[in-house]
Amino acid sequence: MADETCCTPTRKCMILACSGGSNVGQLSNQAAVELTKEGFGSMYCLAGIGAAISGFMQSAKDVDEMVVIDGCPIGCARGVLKEQGIPERNYLVVTDLGFEKAKKFDLDPLDIQKVKDAVRKMLGPDPVRPADDACCSGSDGE
Amino acid sequence: MKKLQILGTGCAKCIKLAANTEEAAKKAGIDYEIEKVTDINQIMKFGVMMTPALVVDGKVKVVGKVLPPAEIENLIKD
Repeated sequence: MADETCCTPTRKCMILACSGGSNVGQLSNQAAVELTKEGFGSMYCLAGIGAAISGFMQSAKDVDEMVVIDGCPIGCARGVLKEQGIPERNYLVVTDLGFEKAKKFDLDPLDIQKVKDAVRKMLGPDPVRPADDACCSGSDGE
Repeated sequence: MKKLQILGTGCAKCIKLAANTEEAAKKAGIDYEIEKVTDINQIMKFGVMMTPALVVDGKVKVVGKVLPPAEIENLIKD
């Protein structure tokens, strides 16, 4: 099969969200979902990294760009990466944007947008650049 | 026997990684078998974000890169 029939000629930005059980955890999750849908990056499975599954861990080590979104300063996503020896890049804590952590799950679209804007500002407008050595997209870590 | 698997649907870079891996394995003088995993559903089971990828004895060692034979040799000797 020829190269052009197989590969998407882009590099990937991995988005890891804590996706925790609070408003800010779910803001991290929803921002990651929407950024993925908008083509900014690709949300990936933090649990797979935490479970030390080699494909997930190696993908996190080898990916071109990464953004890690924690809901609160407890820093579970950061802790997962640290525990697995994966270098952290581009780190955002949702409560640093002025949100107060609460056990609520009804998210305001404006709040989601604020988190997305913070991620975009941190990484620049287009973290996905033409690839020179990466190739086909195998899995998005669902 | 080392089991070496190349994950990729068959693009040029996947083929190159397979060739480099074969060269590395021969140079290392190890007993090995090499398998090209081209089915996307099988590839997804490894949890890799990109291909090509190299798997050694069930453990993913490289994702989205075509390493030269010398670097692969170090990985498969471990």
